[in-house]
Amino acid sequence: MPSHDFLPSEQPVQLLDQDGRRVEDPEHEFPADEAMLRAHEALVVGRRVNEQAYALVRQGRLAVYPSSYGQEACEVAAALVLADQDWLFPTYRDVVSIIGRGVDPVETLTLLKGDWHCGYDPTEHRVAPQTTPLATQLIHAVGVAHAATLRGEDTVVMAMCGDGATSEGDFHEALNFAAVFKAPVVFFVQNNEYAISVPLARQTVAPSLAHKAVGYGMPGERVDGNDVAALLSVLGTAVDAARSGAGPSLVEAHTYRMQAHTNADDATRYRQDDEVEKWQGRDPLLRSEAYLTGRGLLTDERSASISARAEAVATVMRDGLMQDVAPDPADLFDHVYATPTPQLREQAAFLADELSREGVS
Amino acid sequence: MAEHEKITMAQAFNQALRDAMTADESVLMFGEDVGALGGVFRVTDGLNAEFGDARCFDTPLAESGIMGLAVGLAMNGMRPVVEMQFDAFAYPAFEQIVSHVAKMRNRTRGALTMPITIRVPYAGGIGGVEHHCDSSEAYYAHTPGLTVVAPATVADAYTLMRGAIASPDPVVVLEPKKLYWSKDEVDLDEAQPGIGRAVVRREGTDATLIAYGTSVPIALEAADAAAAEGRSLQVVDVRSIVPFDDETVCAAVRSTGRAVVVAEAAGFASVSSEIVARVTERCFHHLAAPVRRVTGFDIPYPPPKLEHLHLPSVDRVLDAVDDLQWDDV
Repeated sequence: MPSHDFLPSEQPVQLLDQDGRRVEDPEHEFPADEAMLRAHEALVVGRRVNEQAYALVRQGRLAVYPSSYGQEACEVAAALVLADQDWLFPTYRDVVSIIGRGVDPVETLTLLKGDWHCGYDPTEHRVAPQTTPLATQLIHAVGVAHAATLRGEDTVVMAMCGDGATSEGDFHEALNFAAVFKAPVVFFVQNNEYAISVPLARQTVAPSLAHKAVGYGMPGERVDGNDVAALLSVLGTAVDAARSGAGPSLVEAHTYRMQAHTNADDATRYRQDDEVEKWQGRDPLLRSEAYLTGRGLLTDERSASISARAEAVATVMRDGLMQDVAPDPADLFDHVYATPTPQLREQAAFLADELSREGVS
Repeated sequence: MAEHEKITMAQAFNQALRDAMTADESVLMFGEDVGALGGVFRVTDGLNAEFGDARCFDTPLAESGIMGLAVGLAMNGMRPVVEMQFDAFAYPAFEQIVSHVAKMRNRTRGALTMPITIRVPYAGGIGGVEHHCDSSEAYYAHTPGLTVVAPATVADAYTLMRGAIASPDPVVVLEPKKLYWSKDEVDLDEAQPGIGRAVVRREGTDATLIAYGTSVPIALEAADAAAAEGRSLQVVDVRSIVPFDDETVCAAVRSTGRAVVVAEAAGFASVSSEIVARVTERCFHHLAAPVRRVTGFDIPYPPPKLEHLHLPSVDRVLDAVDDLQWDDV
């Protein structure tokens, strides 16, 4: 393939403008009505998840929450374009994607609640554990994809990261390995402009993050990250290509982190309010809602059922996280090795004895 | 034993890999130059030809990538064996090892396991230039979730490698480069103690030398020399640094009442420190003298023409033994 075929579009692909009007683009197929309705429902649920998690932090039920508020279109599209046999590799900011894949919301939030590290069984819905060391999971995604290729399985892996992670060495190694092994991986970068406090200009002077694909010999594409129609189209095409044996690709979504890095962060120290306000008009939910309402697809009845589902998910989160189930101290030692070493058995006995004497066990 | 051919330690590792790959199709061998070349030490010689590119292959030259690829392959049902070409070239893989290989089982309460074998040609004594002779065992041994073994004999090279590949947990196999070409007549089918077990290599009654990997032959040579002078030294080969066999090591020390730990890594905050601490905590009332150590100096590994000054020698071991307060008895 000539290298110019790897180059991303001049501008991020957009199929719905800020007001929800169709943008003509003959090269990208617009999603079907039912797919758009499903995506909108997932967006409403995703927004509700973000709001509920934020509230749970304030109530002391979550230790911390890195919100994807404003980025929900990326979150839901990444999950919706995958089939059951595919894998999702999320970051810590991708709670909405994980729930979108079918993982229980309370299990998803275990890491941030602090009861354990990964609260769900990654093999059940094929969602890797959330990772906090940046970009390290991207190379795992290549390994999962390569194992599937070796066994002749029809599996595509969606490997997610943010703009800051593209500076990490593992980002480079993962993309290079994937290209060399022609692994069925879609690398999906949510460029939300900030790595905690550091703006994108401090990460790279590349023309775009999607341009980095060219250096690895894979196609790169960029897409409006607040346009769920464009995301479904571009990510869907990338997944189809990977599934057909064409190898990996890189998709960069242009979006914006509307809230601080986490509740522990103070975004006013490094960015201005007018910048945030500019992005408020580009909200992904308003866009899909305007489009679907304009097409007469979003009936009052459908809207009500979507809202009810979002409330139901929020209720599950509240009910689950309001419960105080004491973590089992034995868990500290039980999973370090398949069989605890003699030394760990001694230490477990020591702790059990200490707890029994304190009457805590 | 006479019916068995003499083979080198490198050949024993190679045979272990070949037998494991034959026994289990999910075993994959990959890394840098392990394909057509057969590894810079020839440990993977012939595996690419026998098992094909899908089972034994070269990767792009990136250690973190190699390690991370192994994590993903293990997540999806494979048993990866990776070669880190040299001890000091493994450091780029360190984050993957510490943050993911070692923690994945614990992070997921056993839902995802990491049956990965990390082969690390380690230690010096081969005249290697900078970054080719590190003893990096303390970094791995300090990381909960990893198993760490250091074979010292040809038979153990086979046994511990097979044990590592069969293990449900990640195992770092420290391959003593200096001993790759050591030869022995061995019956590879003969069962040796598995991972987690130390063995007494030489019986003795006056003091116990505790060693692993490259230091075991030094300890045995020192015991020979001491015997000529009328002192009976017992030699314990640790073999398995993690899990550590407190039972065997401490029983040995209790039987003699004196001990010297021999290891070529820098001594400060090292595996040898840990062994001294464990032995002292458990055998205090059996000890006639403080446990001594003979280790490398606390310096970056020296250039080839100075390495002989750094490495534990038979004389240093004998001097340490002489220092075990014999006159106070």
